[in-house]
Amino acid sequence: MADKNTKLTPEEIYKLAKLANLSLNEEQIKKLADSVSSILSYVSQLQSLNTANIEETAQVTGQENVFREDIVDNERMLTQEEALSNAKDKHNGYFMVKAIFEEE
Amino acid sequence: MEIHVELKTVSKMFCGCKNDPFGADKPNIYTCPVCLGLPGALPVPNRKAVEWAVLLGLALNCEIPLFSKFDRKNYFYPDLPKGYQISQYDQPFAVRGFLDITVGNEKKRIGITRVHLEEDTGKLMHATVDDPTSPSGLRGASKKVSLIDFNRSGVPLVEIVTEADIRSSEEARIFLKKLHQIIRYLEISDADMEKGSMRLEPNISVQKIQSRLNRDKIQKLPPYKVEVKNINSFSFAKKAIDFETDRHIAILETGKYPQQETRGWDEKKGVTFSQRSKEEAQDYRYFPEPDIPPIRWSKSQISNFKALIPELPDTRIARFIKEYGLSEYDATVLTEDKKTADYFEKAVKSKTIPAKTVANWIINKKADISKLSPEGLVNLIQAKTQKLPMSEKDLEEVINKVLAVNSKAVVDYKAGKESAIMFLLGQVMRQSHGRADATTTRKILENKLK
Repeated sequence: MADKNTKLTPEEIYKLAKLANLSLNEEQIKKLADSVSSILSYVSQLQSLNTANIEETAQVTGQENVFREDIVDNERMLTQEEALSNAKDKHNGYFMVKAIFEEE
Repeated sequence: MEIHVELKTVSKMFCGCKNDPFGADKPNIYTCPVCLGLPGALPVPNRKAVEWAVLLGLALNCEIPLFSKFDRKNYFYPDLPKGYQISQYDQPFAVRGFLDITVGNEKKRIGITRVHLEEDTGKLMHATVDDPTSPSGLRGASKKVSLIDFNRSGVPLVEIVTEADIRSSEEARIFLKKLHQIIRYLEISDADMEKGSMRLEPNISVQKIQSRLNRDKIQKLPPYKVEVKNINSFSFAKKAIDFETDRHIAILETGKYPQQETRGWDEKKGVTFSQRSKEEAQDYRYFPEPDIPPIRWSKSQISNFKALIPELPDTRIARFIKEYGLSEYDATVLTEDKKTADYFEKAVKSKTIPAKTVANWIINKKADISKLSPEGLVNLIQAKTQKLPMSEKDLEEVINKVLAVNSKAVVDYKAGKESAIMFLLGQVMRQSHGRADATTTRKILENKLK
């Protein structure tokens, strides 16, 4: 999809927005179709590099096998009040959100 | 089949919070910036959880790739605070294994596709709350809301995925029981179904068998499957599969295919129900977790892991039969859980009572082994059996009867198979209900078989 001259359709922007949990109006979708397309074509300059002899990697630090031991770290644990302190809605020590209808 | 199992490490998967969601007396008391998904928090994998995932892979006869990594699985749901779950996508800790099960009298091999490690989500509760203090649109009387507890968020969770080798609900039940047993033997999880620390997700599809001879060699899988989510008992799994199978057959007979979807299980009504199906296929946009460096094992580390695997049920059953002269049935019952098997071995160690007698006492629950020490059991058996010593005449009678009925063992013994005498001894013990004295019986047997 990142070919130099490809332009994203409004449908594709709509799908991306949905995956990113964004709600956009039509005007915003139109605008983003242009700007995201131009970002993509800018980034697609990378396609001109010859990577035939380069090994694929997902990280650049060179680190491997970083673990922590299985120990409870009480100092970093939050109290219930601390955990809930930035919540918009709470109830009896729970975070509260609009009902998620999964059953019934 | 997909199975999720919570590991019983003391701390969570990527942070040092306490891993005890079920024992917590209040919601949201075991959290920190990492498992609440607060900005800037860095996950660090729990070494023990990773090792246990590898152990489980090895116990399921998997290959352990020398290179592995974590990935982000992106989706939005209120029980997932980061907006993604740290999981494993294309390079899990264990791949291509198998588990052999016995169905009826036949052995059957179930392929294990993969074993990977991820983090559990928070727990959602659905409630109606009357809370006029709510500041953001949830105010008003009796609002239906969802309440979230993040004590479970970030608990290490292993996922096991099988090949499409299971052909019936009964095979599924047998496979799951055996998997459960192995997990308990490894002591990596309580695998407590009621607490939800082991959750089952069968994927079901149905097709007509073309050829009776190739029952197991399905030509091609049907072009659809239905997943039933989060089942928490073996018998519910069996029932859900049976329910789905019948439902699919009814649809298939009208010439259509059932809709590919995710369903839930209603244990009260004993039916599955359609969970709101997504308009389009899920797109999780997996990508490598940038915050966690990959994992690379050396071959010697993997052999060290192998050495950590305890004796598993199948091996133990075989050893019990050979070493203690037990029947396959007795050996199977005794090894059902590790505790009972260990108890049995401790009790027979003193060798004062024949193994078969000890086995009988445990299997027939003549004593409460949860309250009695293995030594206590031995003493009890001794006391009971010594009160009723067998007369020599009675013993002789029993031995003759046993020898007459078990001519094969007699022939075996005479042909040099020494272990046959253990079998005969066991039979005498059984016939005499444990009253025969093992040493005397053995002497008499040896004399008679000379």
